[in-house]
Amino acid sequence: MAVMPAKRIYEGTRIPSPCPTILEIDPAKHALEDILTVNFGPNHPSTHGVLRLIVDLDGEEVAGIRAVIGYLHTGFEKSMESKTYWKGITYPERIDYLSFQANELVFVLAIEKLLGIETPEKATWMRMCLSELNRIHSHLVWLGTSALEIGAISMFWYAFRERDMILDLFEMVTGVRMHTRYFQVGGLAEDIPEGFYAQARELARHMPHAVDDYEGLLDRNAIWLERTKGIGLLSAEDAVALGQSGPMLRASGVDWDLRKSAPYLFYDEVDFDVPVYTNGDVYDRYKVHMDEMRASARIVNQCVTRLEELRGTAWIADDRKVVLPPREELHTSMESLIHHFKIVTEGYLVPEGEVYVAIESARGECGCYLVSDGGPKPWRVKFRAPSFAALQATATCVRETLIADLIAVAASLDPVMGDVDR
Amino acid sequence: MTPTGVPGVVETIEAHGETTLVVDPARIVEACTHLRDAEGFNVLADVCGVDYLGWGEKEVAGYIGTATGRDLNAAGSQGFQRVPEPKPKRLAVVYHLLRVSDDPARVRVKAWLDDGEEIDSVVPVWPAADWNERETYDLFGIVFRGHPNLVRILMPDDWEGHPLRKDYPIGGEPVRFSGEP
Repeated sequence: MAVMPAKRIYEGTRIPSPCPTILEIDPAKHALEDILTVNFGPNHPSTHGVLRLIVDLDGEEVAGIRAVIGYLHTGFEKSMESKTYWKGITYPERIDYLSFQANELVFVLAIEKLLGIETPEKATWMRMCLSELNRIHSHLVWLGTSALEIGAISMFWYAFRERDMILDLFEMVTGVRMHTRYFQVGGLAEDIPEGFYAQARELARHMPHAVDDYEGLLDRNAIWLERTKGIGLLSAEDAVALGQSGPMLRASGVDWDLRKSAPYLFYDEVDFDVPVYTNGDVYDRYKVHMDEMRASARIVNQCVTRLEELRGTAWIADDRKVVLPPREELHTSMESLIHHFKIVTEGYLVPEGEVYVAIESARGECGCYLVSDGGPKPWRVKFRAPSFAALQATATCVRETLIADLIAVAASLDPVMGDVDR
Repeated sequence: MTPTGVPGVVETIEAHGETTLVVDPARIVEACTHLRDAEGFNVLADVCGVDYLGWGEKEVAGYIGTATGRDLNAAGSQGFQRVPEPKPKRLAVVYHLLRVSDDPARVRVKAWLDDGEEIDSVVPVWPAADWNERETYDLFGIVFRGHPNLVRILMPDDWEGHPLRKDYPIGGEPVRFSGEP
């Protein structure tokens, strides 16, 4: 039987042992009669949802911690097994409700990989464009709420001002502000409205200035710097060992972004920078988020340029066995009506097989493992949730911190509890 | 590039541009340690279970695709009746490994288990396996030997059954409505 090494996993690590996600009280350092156990959550406003942390305090210092999750477990993966692929696309968006389009995209890409269906160029560019807008949206919510928790209340209004502009764009394109269900197997649900291009370009122009404003508010704020610098440390080795991804990894000095390292969609055709910071503290995670918003705005701008050239081209593949026929054909064509009826009621069949698709969502590697038995419903869907991985680093990050810093650290991990609990 | 010389590998499958190593469950830690140290798969992206109870019983219709897309006019492109390939055992534990380096790669490691069979924990290889294995235990009832804290994670501690098993009914939890006695 394999047994954990008695002392530590490797030299210099801060990962607790024997259980890597639980920080146990060290009786040599803390007199046990002084320990106060506090229940932090599940309904504490700064736990980003329903996260419960059981914290052992020695004075103000965090001596022990264990995280309890599962309060938002809704069984998405089980429910999806009884829905056709066509209906199932609605579910993943609710998992990570801040970067909804990333989850939607990864599920659609997994189905397409099994089907072997090609999407039109326009659909791919639009998927990229919306994914990047979604990344900005998710980072803005993170920035607003995290700053709010540390006391920078005004940030919340600034961040939500720009967030609303992005939601306006989503509404214009898809008809809904969140949970858009705009990506379909084969392409997009509808063509891009004419007003989108100018408004998206305007947002891409405005966004870097907005980020400058945020940094102006925070980077010279002594309280913000005091509360974020040197807090919640995570080394590069520990981040890799704990399976971290996304901003967590890049703030710890690991240059890893799936958009660059394993390009999907057309990410190899656009020009953007991947920010990497080396201190692995809360401040660096904040800097990564800020720089990523600038990079995303650049990508949006390049996508809009390409999309403008592709005006009038198809937005969804012409494959009548998988894609719904155009609405106007239903009144005149018997075959179209049959196809429409079959796809909606029975669903399309996906060949037997298993695939794993991973994309870079706002919080890191968002993966979808899909097993098909050849029928119209998935046999098994598993989402690799970046927030789930991020929360595993809590015990490592809060070593030798104070209870007040715990709030800043938990926020910097950027967990979305819907994503953690699924 | 497909990793070679991995201890305990029973079968190597290449499909959809992905590599799957089917590993003898008794040698999973050995295989994973080799993949981490010799092949450089330093990140465990995900661990999950799959329940294949009832696989192939419905004799579903599948269709044949081509690599570049499907020819709709080709015979048998829809409605081609076939039974999916049978699976050796009921449960599978699937590990998705990732190499975070200048030469990125992914590999899937799979171990087949019968109901009630146990498998060694890979927490000593990758600490990231901790919660993932707890989740797999919680939802599928697969026991990971040597796991430092194998308790339920998503479901309540006193929950009965493992919800993602195929014999666990959907909607199986009775709901009490207001006004009911």
